[in-house]
Amino acid sequence: MEVCTPVLSQAAGTDPSIEPLHTRYTGPAYPQGLELFLQTSPEFAMKRLLAGGSGPIYQIAQVFRDGEYGSRHNPEFTLLEWYRPGLDHHDLMKEVAALMYACLGEELGVEKISYTELFERQFGWSPLQVEIRQLEDTAVLCGIETGNLEYRDQWLDLLMSLVIEPNLGKQGLTFIYDYPASQASLARLNPEDPRIASRFELYYQGVELANGFHELADAAEQRKRFVAENHQRRQRGLRQLPIDENLLDALEQGLPDCAGVALGLDRLLMLRLGKTTLDEVLTFSLTKA
Amino acid sequence: MATYSTNEFRGGLKLLLDGDPCVIIENEFVKPGKGQAFNRVKLRNLKTGRVLEKTFKSGESVEAADVMDRDLQYLYNDGEYWYFMDNDSFEQYQADAHAMGDAVKWIKDQDVCNVTLWNDAPILVEAPNFVVLEITDTDPGLKGDTSGGGGKPATLETGAVVRVPLFVQIGEKVKVDTRKGEYINRVKD
Repeated sequence: MEVCTPVLSQAAGTDPSIEPLHTRYTGPAYPQGLELFLQTSPEFAMKRLLAGGSGPIYQIAQVFRDGEYGSRHNPEFTLLEWYRPGLDHHDLMKEVAALMYACLGEELGVEKISYTELFERQFGWSPLQVEIRQLEDTAVLCGIETGNLEYRDQWLDLLMSLVIEPNLGKQGLTFIYDYPASQASLARLNPEDPRIASRFELYYQGVELANGFHELADAAEQRKRFVAENHQRRQRGLRQLPIDENLLDALEQGLPDCAGVALGLDRLLMLRLGKTTLDEVLTFSLTKA
Repeated sequence: MATYSTNEFRGGLKLLLDGDPCVIIENEFVKPGKGQAFNRVKLRNLKTGRVLEKTFKSGESVEAADVMDRDLQYLYNDGEYWYFMDNDSFEQYQADAHAMGDAVKWIKDQDVCNVTLWNDAPILVEAPNFVVLEITDTDPGLKGDTSGGGGKPATLETGAVVRVPLFVQIGEKVKVDTRKGEYINRVKD
């Protein structure tokens, strides 16, 4: 079922690496004014619908992220997001691959590799255990000159973005799955290894196209993660954001076991048309909007 | 101390990195959907001319370099320094051999050069793209030969050596592209 959820919300995602834009409403109901956040993805509202018994749902949504502009980023972009009760993230990867065949018009090869294996294959160490010093050494070996990064995940992001990602999905679709738990605050943990979470990403032609989860349904655990993320925000000098109590209430009532994914439609269009920048497929990108 | 945040990065911006002034050639924003954003920057070190790549965590600040380009007129060389003058302010600047680089091969008194000043001192002198210089030495060639092939070395009045066609003679003036060190054509007075 296609759904449509509000772009504006009184709450926001707390992920320290995703910064929401915000605006203000003043008028009936809120005469003193009310701060509202533009959605960075429609995930929270869609999970409320799922908890209410919607069954499988999808929507094409405009989403907004502050501080992101470049050849593959625009602060306003379009996500296709959908949820499948009864499926886990491996089932959903198959469905994403089928959609990609339909969109790109050909039977593409599919490679699946776990985040851990990916790093072990490329660098010879496990991202779950690696020490910061080894990450620094690896970056130097790869010819990357950078300043000091404080956190392991920042180093992993650096190596992922600069060394690994450009070569992913060159032969077909590449799915990376089972990310470190620290990089998947909305996914459920792997029952056999709580250091990893049931998250996947799709890459094609060196471009990150989609992110999916086997969704976390535990309200108490989700609250703990939101609080921890706000704590990280404070440590990094970022603003702490209002936690979505409506989402937590919905999880409390019961989110069906489900998997969900968000796919960047502008980037897909870019690849479909053989372009290399979002600017070429957006009507009016940031500097012209 | 002036600084620039990564959000201000763009081509042409001058930064101080490891004590050397650098200019941004390319700036690329990279960020995983759920992860740290970086600016991947290609820069040219203005002292050495070398191109380097640096990656900054987005939001970081970097010290600005007080660098500017000026058109200055070359006056003379005293054996150690090359002297230039700003024709508007009449202020004089001295450049050392390092800053001069290849420009010494091409310039004569009165030539106007693009000079990069860092903290008011020349660090890079660029010869004009095209200069006209007299040939002081070359083998005599065949007068009727106008073919493009072959050629011969010729020494110019500044000491530089370029390949010229066989018909070009001592005492003639030639136009040279200083970026490639190549002969363009003969110039009549």
